[in-house]
Amino acid sequence: MTRGRIRARLRLSHLYTFACTRPEATEEGPHSIEGPGYSRIVHCNQPLMHKKKPFKYRSNYISTTKYNLFTFLPKALYEQFHRVANLYFLSAAIVSVTPLSPFSAVSMIAPLVFVVGLSMAKEALEDWRRFMQDIKVNSRKVKFHKEEGVFDYKSWKKLQVGDVVKVEKDQFFPADLLLLSSSYEDGICYVETMNLDGETNLKVKRALEVTLPLDEDASFKNFTGKIKCEDPNPSLYTFIGNFEYDHEIYALDPSQILLRDSKLRNTAFVYGVVIFTGHDSKVMQNATKSPSKRSRIERKMDYIIYVLFSLLLVISLVSSIGFAVKTKFDMPDWWYLQPQNTDDYYDPRKPVLSGVTHLITALMLYGYLIPISLYVSIEVVKVLQATFINQDIQMYDEETGNPAQARTSNLNEELGQVDTILSDKTGTLTCNQMDFLKCSIAGTAYGMSSSEVELAAAQQMASDLEDQDVERSTDFRQKGKQQEIELETVVISEDEMVHKSPIKGFSFEDSRVMEGNWLNEPNADVIMLFFRILAICHTAVPELNEETGSYTYESESPDEAAFLVAAREFGFEFCKRTQSSVFVRERYSASGQTIEREFKLLNMLEFTSKRKRMTVIVRDEDGQILVLCKGADSIIFDRLSKNGRLYEEDTTRHLNEYGEAGLRTLALAYKRLGESEYSAWNNEFQEAKTTIGPDRDLMLENIAEMMERDLILVGATAVEDKLQKGVPQCIDKLAQAGLKIWVLTGDKVETAINIGYACSLLRQGMKQICITEISSDAKEVVKENILLQMTNASQMIKLERDPHAAFALIIDGKTLAYALEDDVKQQFLVLAVQCASVICCRVSPKQKALVTRLVKEGTGKTTLAIGDGANDVGMIKEADIGVGISGVEGMQAVMASDFSIAQFRFLERLLVVHGHWCYKRIAQMVCYFFYKNIAFGLTLFYFEAFAGFSGQSIYDDWYMLLFNVLLTSLPVISLGVFEQDVSSEVCLQFPAVYQQGPKNLFFDWYKILGWMGNGLYSSLIIFFLNIIIFYDQAFREEGQTASMPALGTTMFTCIIWALNCQIAFTMSHFTWIQHLFIWGSIATWYLFLFVYGRLSPSISGNAYQILVEALAPAPIYWLATLLVTIACNLPYLAHISYQRCFHPLDHHIIQEIKYYKKDVEDQRMWTRERSRARERTMIGFSARVDAKIRQLKGKLQRKQPSSEIHSPARSS
Amino acid sequence: MTDTDRGTQRDRNSAFYLFSPPSNQIFLSLIFCWSCYGCCVAFYLFTQQNLPACKPVLTPEWVFMTFLFIGFIFIPVGLVTLRASHSVVEIVERYDIGCVPEPFRINKVSYIQDDSIPKNCSLSFKVPKYMKAPIYIYYQLDNYYQNHRRYVKSRSDKQLLHGQNQHGISSCQPVEVNNDRPIIPCGLIAWSLFNDTFTFIRNRAELKVNRKNIAWKSDREHKFGKNVYPFNFQNGTLIGGGKLNPRIPLSDQEDLIVWMRTSALPSFRKLYGRIEKDLDVDDVVVVHLMNNYNTYSFGGKKKLVLSTTSWLGGKNDFLGLAYVFIGSSSVTIAVVFTLLHLLSHRH
Repeated sequence: MTRGRIRARLRLSHLYTFACTRPEATEEGPHSIEGPGYSRIVHCNQPLMHKKKPFKYRSNYISTTKYNLFTFLPKALYEQFHRVANLYFLSAAIVSVTPLSPFSAVSMIAPLVFVVGLSMAKEALEDWRRFMQDIKVNSRKVKFHKEEGVFDYKSWKKLQVGDVVKVEKDQFFPADLLLLSSSYEDGICYVETMNLDGETNLKVKRALEVTLPLDEDASFKNFTGKIKCEDPNPSLYTFIGNFEYDHEIYALDPSQILLRDSKLRNTAFVYGVVIFTGHDSKVMQNATKSPSKRSRIERKMDYIIYVLFSLLLVISLVSSIGFAVKTKFDMPDWWYLQPQNTDDYYDPRKPVLSGVTHLITALMLYGYLIPISLYVSIEVVKVLQATFINQDIQMYDEETGNPAQARTSNLNEELGQVDTILSDKTGTLTCNQMDFLKCSIAGTAYGMSSSEVELAAAQQMASDLEDQDVERSTDFRQKGKQQEIELETVVISEDEMVHKSPIKGFSFEDSRVMEGNWLNEPNADVIMLFFRILAICHTAVPELNEETGSYTYESESPDEAAFLVAAREFGFEFCKRTQSSVFVRERYSASGQTIEREFKLLNMLEFTSKRKRMTVIVRDEDGQILVLCKGADSIIFDRLSKNGRLYEEDTTRHLNEYGEAGLRTLALAYKRLGESEYSAWNNEFQEAKTTIGPDRDLMLENIAEMMERDLILVGATAVEDKLQKGVPQCIDKLAQAGLKIWVLTGDKVETAINIGYACSLLRQGMKQICITEISSDAKEVVKENILLQMTNASQMIKLERDPHAAFALIIDGKTLAYALEDDVKQQFLVLAVQCASVICCRVSPKQKALVTRLVKEGTGKTTLAIGDGANDVGMIKEADIGVGISGVEGMQAVMASDFSIAQFRFLERLLVVHGHWCYKRIAQMVCYFFYKNIAFGLTLFYFEAFAGFSGQSIYDDWYMLLFNVLLTSLPVISLGVFEQDVSSEVCLQFPAVYQQGPKNLFFDWYKILGWMGNGLYSSLIIFFLNIIIFYDQAFREEGQTASMPALGTTMFTCIIWALNCQIAFTMSHFTWIQHLFIWGSIATWYLFLFVYGRLSPSISGNAYQILVEALAPAPIYWLATLLVTIACNLPYLAHISYQRCFHPLDHHIIQEIKYYKKDVEDQRMWTRERSRARERTMIGFSARVDAKIRQLKGKLQRKQPSSEIHSPARSS
Repeated sequence: MTDTDRGTQRDRNSAFYLFSPPSNQIFLSLIFCWSCYGCCVAFYLFTQQNLPACKPVLTPEWVFMTFLFIGFIFIPVGLVTLRASHSVVEIVERYDIGCVPEPFRINKVSYIQDDSIPKNCSLSFKVPKYMKAPIYIYYQLDNYYQNHRRYVKSRSDKQLLHGQNQHGISSCQPVEVNNDRPIIPCGLIAWSLFNDTFTFIRNRAELKVNRKNIAWKSDREHKFGKNVYPFNFQNGTLIGGGKLNPRIPLSDQEDLIVWMRTSALPSFRKLYGRIEKDLDVDDVVVVHLMNNYNTYSFGGKKKLVLSTTSWLGGKNDFLGLAYVFIGSSSVTIAVVFTLLHLLSHRH
């Protein structure tokens, strides 16, 4: 509370020059709000009024669940039977009750119930989670006005329209509120709207003048008012309403509205009146249902199902026609069937009718071609795969405690097919944390520590040079060594830094200026000025941390905080801000004592994105008036005086270095001002400030411009927009895996380019294609110009001869708006696809989604969007796979995403390891499934032909039931869950193996048809070999001939063996689980047969004692099994042997190397294979290193001075 | 939804999550594996997909060895099987046409359906090779759909075992009742019982045919009731095949039991009996048979088969040939593969 009191003295709005230039609300007069769309009336502080109609609005209870207790069953069932396959199974189950069915009813119904039940259980579980989340949110507490000026807590869900609530610092707003007053005297408050629009900077909201006195609990005792406003709508940036208070009507605008899910920052408390509750609130109105996504494989699977359906129809038709013909022409002669005595089904006089009814039977009989269990197995497998993703300890972030989470399990395999990654920048690639890293003061560069990029690049290069130098000539090796040494020094200095306790926002390391040593530097006075600018020229508020006694700073942008922290570390501690002054404690002054200096704040011309600079005018203790300015280097350099350019050359050089290292730079300048000069200017300025009218802003700007002139350059700062841990390495690996990475950011072009360098998405020597719009009013002209630029760029790429040349496309939001128009977008896409990296700056959330859609639909490849903020939600939902970064505050992105990871670097493992595995697993599993069901289903068909197409199956009903449920399901599930072609380490070492997914090597039509062909072959072998072996002669020494159950059981045994051996050949990774499942399945079959045969004959029927009595003692049974099993698998075995030895795929080679343990014995070969196996990349470190090596080689060959080879670093 | 809380809440509520985050997992697994550290490690390895695994790789050596191995197993097995098959002596005599007297051959169906014409007939054949007892006698029917669904279903296992049972004979359609009384055994299969009979004479002396133990033991003991006697059988207007002696319980009607084991294919043999005497080369065997069964209406053949057996069963060259074929193709693959491998140097 005390802090609030201190603050209450500040009327910050007086400091602001531009931000608060909004005219007072009262000036405008109330809105005339009548008619439809403006019906909401809120009686402030009278929630009881809202208990009954017509003022009864929705409660603040929110529900994001899909179902409730009553709607669950019908809704979920409807969802389930939406699938064609399920509908087919349902109709089959219904028919199975009738005598048309070739099987018993239970064998049709049980699997269906299982499938549907499992899927519904999954739905229910997911909904339950949502429900629990809702409960949590709904039961959060907020202070509300109870009565008589007393505030008490109540849960969010009980909040009503008209309630007065008090929200404290760092709390979320429980509903959409009208701001009445805040802890600041002038009723402003800071709001963080990250959850709404993803912007991390704070926004200022301000209360109406009239409600400012309501700044105490007690003052609400008799407060009443009436708000008349628009109906609930999803527009976040508009609000129209009137506030009736004390018989006066005031107009309301969006700056008085605090939206639900945004957060109060830098303000001790606010009072507000609830306007929109629960689902009426703007954020809830904005919530869209995420589209249900299906993976590529699943979509393709549908086609295969259609193919199988057609096959099913064809063979059903064949068998029905066959049946009709047999019935008509042959059956009258089959006296043993009593043809004269039949019902319609077998009536020879009505062959058409019997044919049609037979069609139904046949559709069910051959239903084994459509694997019902495929759906179950895939569901099971995907859930288990998702568990593995969730459990992966290497994707667990220890800092935040967040594991990776597969939020939907049906996109696992899609992770293995990603072609383009669209990434957000802030919060995804960078931490949105600024680290003061280097500075250049008076032409001298300070700061030894290197940015993460430099560091990682150095390490990479060092190790790479080591690898390479075996193959290189001696003098080159020396060069390499030298470089290595240089690099090592960088590394060492970094190591030292790590030992010190890190200060957030400050990674500066230079003994020349630390600990007061700057006093001994030649330009000590300039250095002091530099630090003072850092400490004074800002808009932040200090906050005393009572535990440590040090200050922390709350600022609108993170760089400002970094500057203040830096100033504090240098000995210029900004400790207090009052209405008119800034207080700085200077530790290392000439006297050696800590002095608190007061700087009178005369004017503040603050930062806007248009001005790109900020200036304060202060009077120091000596009465000297100083103009302190910081801003973008180009802006500052334009405004220097003639004698202020002393350090320009050196500083420019440093700025270039910093920029190349991916740092954010600002230049600092100052000037001294005479008293008279100032007062003349100030009069003008004040006059302009009080002007009312449209020209006011322009006038202010012009006057400010006058002051920011003839400056003297002091130096420059370099702040590292801290990359998330491991981002450059991750991007490098992803690039090696052949993925394209696009960065879509809301940031400025310069920042984005910096980050591009930092992440190695851009590098020296890369040709940057910047598409910008010319300023022209005519839209057509602009568009034509953009089109021209794109055509030129494409032409340039086409004409490029150098195979190593790489291009980068940089485009900003406004230009993008044109480029995304229908007639241009194809050309844009073509250009973008040719470039190694694409950076889109200043894009709105909507544009992000549009770009994503363009890539997705234009290239037809799988896209992955990754982001952390609410502004990424659109693209996350639009992309084939949306990945949210969890661990930051906003969860909107995570909520919309399909996968969430704690940090960007986990993406590598998620894609290259899990994605690759899941893709191969599911692809192989689905292929095998089709194989298995074709192999089994067709034997039924063949038998049909031998049974007069009568719909008799050769197998016992129980065999058929267990076939999919027990006897072949577990091995295929173990294939889908545990298969690893190569281990995770190898996946990471050979990212190129990932390309098998995007190229879809394992689920193309050749593969699928190959497997189907294999199934056909197996079915033929199984059926006809058995038929011929057991044709009519005795099959035992005792002379018995094989009856239908004996032949059926033998055939089924062969199927079990052949299919399970087939899957064993398909797998390349056997843990005890696979062994258990495969061999266990075969053992289970015998066990089942034994137990089933032991049951009373009324249950087991013809299978009674069949194994023990009839089959097991017959050698021919075992011989047939062996023969058929081998015969079925021999072609496949020959095929894979041939492929492996003569046309090996990447993973085959790796497996073989691993098998021979060559990686241990022959390191060189291993590294060679590694470097060979990576995709040729244009971006990432490796590309950078490659480029460097090419450069060095070129240098050696030509023996030319290096300066000519250094191409200009940046064109911007 | 204010999502900080959601984040933290996720941790707290992880019990509601099917798959909780690792922190909880570790905690849970600690409880699980309190007493057993090894299990804990195994569980960890399992969740990290790092279980020790055998990763067989089909290297050229392995390919060569595998195919060669298959070949070396299959060829001998095939040869042994072929030998067994060749040791079997089989005599097949078709009699369905020969047993119809010349004048009736134009309309065989009316001949067979006419009860007034005597159906006896005789055949004779020479034994081509020494046949060691037991010699199995089969009748073989062709083009007879014993596997037709209507036929297969038309029986009642319950009735066969428990006898007089009004219930559970609905499956016997269309032969379940006659004159409102159930038929035992009901159903088309029983109704169409094969009823040709054979007697064998060698050198004027009758060869004794043992007609016991021709059915599966389990069928006799557990599927056909000892106290169930044929009743109301073949009493209707439509007479199908053979009749049954109503004084013999079903469990002893082995002809019926054998017949009721429906065959898988439309061409099948069924065991008729055994001759328990050896037959010498050039022995002439005369068969007196009653040609009762109608296969003429659907053009089916009837054959009489005498066959010895080996350990493999009856004569079955195909199995041996298939083994030899697979074995030799496997060896061929091994050889071709090795040659190809030697010619191309991948490594």
